[in-house]
Amino acid sequence: MLRDALAGAPRRGLALLAILLVVLCGAPWLAGDYLLTVLITILYFAYTGQAWNVMMGFAGQLSLGHAMYVGLGAYAASLLYVYLGIGPWIGMLAAIAIAGACGAAIGFLAFRFGVGGVYFAILTIAFAEFARIGFDHIGWVGGSAGFFLPVANYSRNDLWNLRGSPMMFYYVMLGLTVAAFVLCHLLLRSRMGYYWQAIREDEQAARSLGIDSFRYKMIAVVISAGMTAIAGVFFAFYYNNLFPEQVFHISRSIELILGPVIGGIGTLFGPIVGALLLTGLSEIMQDLLAAFGLDVPGAKQVFYGICLLVVVLMLPNGVWPWLAARLGVSGARR
Amino acid sequence: MAASIYLNVTVSGLLTGLVYGLMALGLSVIFGVVRVVNFAHGEMMTVAMYLAIVAFNAFGLDPLIMVVPLAGALFALGYALQAGIINPFINRPEHSQFILLVAVALIIVNLLLIVFGPDARSVQTSYSFDSFALGALIVDATKVYAAGVSVLIAAALFAFFRFAPLGKAIRACADNYTGALVVGLDIKRLYALTFGIGAACVGAAGAMLVLLIDVTPALGPAYTLLAFVIVITGGLGSMPGALLGGVLIGLTEALAGLLFTPSAKSMFSFGLLVLVLLFRPQGLLGKRA
Amino acid sequence: MTHISPKRARAGISRRSFAAGAAAGGLLAGSAPFRIARAQAGALKVGVLLPRSGAQAGIGQDCQRGVEIAPAIFKELNLPELAIMNADTETNVEVARARAEKLINDGAQLLVGAFDSGQSTAIAQVAEQKGIPFVINIAAAPPITEQGYKFVFRNFPTAPMILGDAFANQKEIFQAAGSAPKSVVFMYVNDTFGTSMHQGISSVLPKFDMPYKLVEQIAYDATARDLSVEVAKAKATGAEALLMVSRLNDAILITRELIKQRWSPMAVLSMGPGWYEDQYLKTLGKMSDGPLSFVPWYDPNKKLSRQLEAALAKAYPGINLNTNHVFTFEALLVAADAFKRAGSTDPKALADAIRATHITDNVSIGPGIQFNEKGQNDKLKNAAIQNRAGKLLTVAPKAASNAQAELPMTAYDKRA
Repeated sequence: MLRDALAGAPRRGLALLAILLVVLCGAPWLAGDYLLTVLITILYFAYTGQAWNVMMGFAGQLSLGHAMYVGLGAYAASLLYVYLGIGPWIGMLAAIAIAGACGAAIGFLAFRFGVGGVYFAILTIAFAEFARIGFDHIGWVGGSAGFFLPVANYSRNDLWNLRGSPMMFYYVMLGLTVAAFVLCHLLLRSRMGYYWQAIREDEQAARSLGIDSFRYKMIAVVISAGMTAIAGVFFAFYYNNLFPEQVFHISRSIELILGPVIGGIGTLFGPIVGALLLTGLSEIMQDLLAAFGLDVPGAKQVFYGICLLVVVLMLPNGVWPWLAARLGVSGARR
Repeated sequence: MAASIYLNVTVSGLLTGLVYGLMALGLSVIFGVVRVVNFAHGEMMTVAMYLAIVAFNAFGLDPLIMVVPLAGALFALGYALQAGIINPFINRPEHSQFILLVAVALIIVNLLLIVFGPDARSVQTSYSFDSFALGALIVDATKVYAAGVSVLIAAALFAFFRFAPLGKAIRACADNYTGALVVGLDIKRLYALTFGIGAACVGAAGAMLVLLIDVTPALGPAYTLLAFVIVITGGLGSMPGALLGGVLIGLTEALAGLLFTPSAKSMFSFGLLVLVLLFRPQGLLGKRA
Repeated sequence: MTHISPKRARAGISRRSFAAGAAAGGLLAGSAPFRIARAQAGALKVGVLLPRSGAQAGIGQDCQRGVEIAPAIFKELNLPELAIMNADTETNVEVARARAEKLINDGAQLLVGAFDSGQSTAIAQVAEQKGIPFVINIAAAPPITEQGYKFVFRNFPTAPMILGDAFANQKEIFQAAGSAPKSVVFMYVNDTFGTSMHQGISSVLPKFDMPYKLVEQIAYDATARDLSVEVAKAKATGAEALLMVSRLNDAILITRELIKQRWSPMAVLSMGPGWYEDQYLKTLGKMSDGPLSFVPWYDPNKKLSRQLEAALAKAYPGINLNTNHVFTFEALLVAADAFKRAGSTDPKALADAIRATHITDNVSIGPGIQFNEKGQNDKLKNAAIQNRAGKLLTVAPKAASNAQAELPMTAYDKRA
């Protein structure tokens, strides 16, 4: 199966990928703590971007409320851990189930009633806001005062309970991102992947060929929701506190999709390149402004916005396709 | 609770809803004609509000008087935005438009933060604290003025699109793009004009809203969302729909706040939105595409 | 969606792709250049984390004023010098954590911040992990000092402490004024602080045997721009007084609504920010008089308070001394004092020194700054202040007051 998966990939692309993986695996030994935090952030956004990409890039549905799945996953696993002592890896299953169910509900409502495009996007925003306001009012999850996970010491790495040093979290996130990448690659090359691409390009035509677009769109939504929920579990155990205002907020949903959109929708490397670029950009901007003595609050965001603008204007398909062409690795791999 | 509170709250919701309706009208025009998902809508309104405050504090010009100049200023901004940046994005997929306008919104919000600082600003006119008392009914004076002017502007806009040749041309673009091209209309210029008009609407709404609420740089996003909820509920491409949607949302939030817990009142507007999307996706007054 | 035209894949790794790979690695390493730790002698490097942009920007920038005026005063007090490193948390938990990491990476030996409970929690975890002392200036959520941290210290009352003192002070004021409301309606903003207060009220209120009955609790959305419905609801309860937890913008909005809806409660008892802030006083003019705020505050009779007040008036004329300035200043005071006693910049020595803090010549109300075994200063007392003619007078507790409270509040429509 490995040979099959790797077939058709340009040699150069594989080599680059291998180099990247080695660098990433070795990073914690070379990087300082601050850089490690930045890398964890990059991987987190690469992972969630990839999850979102399944719905958008593969099934063509624009979701602007993806933070809801992060939040649902986070709260589900946290509540199970704090109230019932259930470890996060088991809690993750509950998280996936709950998020998947919500995704299915939204998908069902939207697709059965023919809600698409911008309307679907607004629908997802509405549900995310629902969740935000709802959780703000639920007493036993803390409401807006927040839900706190008990923080243990950092000297021991308890992988089962996800309590430990940043290095442990880094490898967990790296593992998740690689797994997401592999999963998406396999999905794309599967029959379902081709159905998705067909639906995305022209749903009418696909249906006329006998592809059950409703079913495959639903599957994409559920997979996307489930994957995102796993990120939520990680989020909860890494930050140890959850506030509905922050977890479900629309700015989180927007943050999430910046990576894949800038990187390249529907591509495999898009979310990763996007996450790297955006987080790196943000940090570099911070350093540059400090170096020039321009410590004005808001200045960084202005420059960040301008960069976003420039990238979107000049590279409409995203950075990865352009980069891939430059590196000479575009081809059978998308 | 006494009947008077229901009356007061209903009237208040209605009046506020009319101002929201004017704001949403701008989005309806932009979205309905140019088909751009303007996620910087609320931010444009925030700009108008800050301009109104500057005009008031520097020159003592009441926002009610400043409605027309502010609308004009926003018209210019909208026109420039459309002609300059947004035009190539009209046929691009929604997510690209979305990111473009999110970037624009981000820039506007933080420029406002840098220029005006984070503190809330407001306009304190001589009638800011006034209210009319009619028996048990106590109505906020500023809301009455703001709602009144909003209705006037909306009426002017209706008239423009109904009777003016330019207005009809714009409607033609919206109804039948190819047909409009065939007939020889300059689509690019008309789109820019339309965006400008939509922005002017939002500018006028901002001038009105500044009498009712305080401005902070981060005010925009909530109103962008509100505008979308209203436009979709009322019906895309229908101007009475935008006003109706505004009133409906204003009333829903007011009554929901009264009957349930006020902190959850937005849930009801979103609930209404979901119902409309599912059962009447063209909106209450919209036409089936 | 356009297609990418397939290109002929060339075998092997060319110089170009190798360079690209190296560049990617360089981007990773270069995004946060390594800083060699500088020599330890000299000033203590203190990282100050505050929300300077985002939703809490106004408060963050106000806290910053407390930072700016500190150095001159420390010099007068013969305290050692602090090298301040400012950072912006952008009102975002993730950014707060990353900035804390960066400050420590850049050599910060002590952290101060961060106004918000959520962001403070994130920073606390980083600080605890790295063994860097973190002195919280303002954050009221109880859980932060319940985690068993050894390096986190909070010189600010928790929500239950604020509530308890509020009720005690209210009783004192009612007794002195000879009148008390028979019923109150509690309106609170549905955010972290407001909800903490709401959660505390049911357990704290019964302990105090207040003369009034709490008839209803009304929560409102933190981002609400129109509070007419909420105020109408409060008015309809028939309560005599308004018990509040709000922020600045809501305070202004609510006051306007009170005037427009023609309701002048007997008293406005605010247990949070907003009703005493400069913006409130400036915006509402004579309509700003009257509300009582029960908040962590400075003791106007203490010497250092007068010094701080003078320094603030000089640096920022027209700005009243408030909670933000006071507690941010005191957090730095704790740092400087600990540095002096520890005699070294070693974080562990500093933490031990902070644990032994006992500053009686301070600014806030109470016996002084000291920390219990959880790192919390549980001896802090809160004051009651009242707005009068654009100034803030401390009306309770008696030991720290400089005026008598005016009760009931002059009706809004009777103000000339």
